[in-house]
Amino acid sequence: MNQTSAVKVEGLTRRFGDFVAVDGIDLDIGRGEIFGFLGPNGAGKSTTIKMLCGLLLPSIGKGSVGGHDIMTGSEEIKKNIGYMSQKFSLYDDLTVKENIRFFSGMYGVRREKRKERMEWTLEMAGLEEKRDVVVGDLPGGFKQRLALGCAILHEPPILFLDEPTSGVDPISRRNFWNLIYEMSGSGTTVFVTTHYMDEADYCHRLALIYRGKIIAEGTPMDLRERYMKRYVLEIGVERMVEALDILEKKGMDAAIFGSLLHVTVEDVKQGIADIRSTLESSDIQVDRIERIAPSLEDVFVTLIEVA
Amino acid sequence: MRFLRIKAIAKKELIQIWRDPLSLIIALLMPVIQLFIYGYAITFDVNNITTVVYDQDKSSLSRELVAQFKESGYFTLVAYVDNYDDIDAYLDSNRARVAITIPYDFSKKMRTGNPAHVEVIIDGSDSNTATIAEGYVAAISLRYAQRITTRTVLPVMDPRTRVWFNPELKSRNFIIPGLIAVIMSVVVALLTSLTVAREWERGTMEQLISTPVKPSELIIGKLAPYFAIGFMDMVLAVLVGVTLFGVPLRGDIVLLVVLSSVFLFGTVSFGVLISIIAKRSQSVASQIAILSTMLPAFLLSGFLFAISNMPKPLQVITYIFPARYFVTILKGVFLKGSTLTLLWKEGIMLAMAGAIVFFLAIRKLHKRID
Repeated sequence: MNQTSAVKVEGLTRRFGDFVAVDGIDLDIGRGEIFGFLGPNGAGKSTTIKMLCGLLLPSIGKGSVGGHDIMTGSEEIKKNIGYMSQKFSLYDDLTVKENIRFFSGMYGVRREKRKERMEWTLEMAGLEEKRDVVVGDLPGGFKQRLALGCAILHEPPILFLDEPTSGVDPISRRNFWNLIYEMSGSGTTVFVTTHYMDEADYCHRLALIYRGKIIAEGTPMDLRERYMKRYVLEIGVERMVEALDILEKKGMDAAIFGSLLHVTVEDVKQGIADIRSTLESSDIQVDRIERIAPSLEDVFVTLIEVA
Repeated sequence: MRFLRIKAIAKKELIQIWRDPLSLIIALLMPVIQLFIYGYAITFDVNNITTVVYDQDKSSLSRELVAQFKESGYFTLVAYVDNYDDIDAYLDSNRARVAITIPYDFSKKMRTGNPAHVEVIIDGSDSNTATIAEGYVAAISLRYAQRITTRTVLPVMDPRTRVWFNPELKSRNFIIPGLIAVIMSVVVALLTSLTVAREWERGTMEQLISTPVKPSELIIGKLAPYFAIGFMDMVLAVLVGVTLFGVPLRGDIVLLVVLSSVFLFGTVSFGVLISIIAKRSQSVASQIAILSTMLPAFLLSGFLFAISNMPKPLQVITYIFPARYFVTILKGVFLKGSTLTLLWKEGIMLAMAGAIVFFLAIRKLHKRID
């Protein structure tokens, strides 16, 4: 591959009848990058990743993945990628070993390397003791790692992961990302989609997608600095839902985050004063208000409201 | 095309079939059950025709006539009645299918050389049985009449019929060979039709098409285990047919195996094609499989119902069903000892049908989600 980009596409669009799922997306991902694709469900993340993997033909678009054209070279693309689908796509009625052997065969792992890759995958997934267990009987965290392992048996240069951490416990999620870091470190390009905002910080660069369009792009730091021109105040208050209602009626940009409220304001001092007076005049006591660093979720919510 | 990938797929399919109780039942139990049902329970032979007799004459001649019916072995005398109401009662309640009424002047008429009329009432609600029963009655009566009559009537023509290939007209011999075609069609197509649809439903198909595997590799890999199962079922059916049911196998067994394999290849490919077309629904796939294999194989292949008896348009339609050719081959090899010289046309048709379906399946398998 001569070019430096692993994935370079322009104007990627996909329509289903009248519905435009993906609307003119441009991507430029470098080798070895961990690129995150964040957005809520239905935003077009899965559709995008499937187009990049050659599973769906774009309605419009041009570009290449791993040096092969996305419109005409799907079968070539498939030789150089690993893909982990949203449902983990393992054979539930086959054992761990049987699954690994099957995918080794499918990806054409060389005979000499098979045993080595099998052992590596078992170790990576923590399944050495469970190699003869039927996959349907495994807990989610194990399935996830096994699915990842099966996708990289042939050590592909580019890896596509579609919501790999859905429905998996936080510890497993953390461990999974450690694996991804290792792979990125050895030069694998990783394209990940997720709807967990906190995973955004694990990525080198990300793109926020909403209703088929990219609404923001950059490193996690970039996104915070560039898009948050305003400040976020975190408010602890007793009757949260009522307070939210009151603040919204006053035209403030407020949202619930767990057991607290986040309000976005132009000016910190003024904002604090306004909020306090508004809530206290409605007889709601404010426990605390303080400025916090915006999370990517804050960024996202703001951007969506603008979009 | 990589043999490695084909092997991996075939192995996986085999493991999945082995671990799925439903597949195993369809693959192994269904053929056996069908063989036993058709071998033992279903027969066109007519025996034990329940009969009542109203003998108004009660002479030695009338008794001899009744005895002829009894001795033929086809009629079972249920009762002697002495009025017409009783005849009605027996026929209405299904206790008898046939009622013979011998008039009071039977023997007198016979002795004086006049025609004697015997009234036979047959329950026609099962027209098959009724027709056959009618034939027996006529034959027995004629034979009896020829014996008794003093005036010999010389026939101008004396037809002596011999039935070739199935001299005892045992319907079993005629049913079982065709049954092999039905079993293979239904079982194999049903099993195979689930294979691709199931992978779509479970999500593994998406994973498969993201790998470099070629449609031809995927299809051949999936065909192989089902072909093996179908082959096993065929061998089982032939063995049971020959050893347990005594169906003669007069032709060359190698020819049987070769032609059966050609048919099997077509059927398995057809199952895969259905699976690809029905795409994401196993239930739709299985329904299509049953409708498109069972009905033609059962009704339009010549298995039970002769094609030549069907209305012309229907006869033409039967030409598109491979089962038709296979049934001809089976009956030919089993009962007639037919060789390739006689069956090559059918063989070619099967081969062509198989090839068309196979290549169609490959073309229809798109490695895309849409």
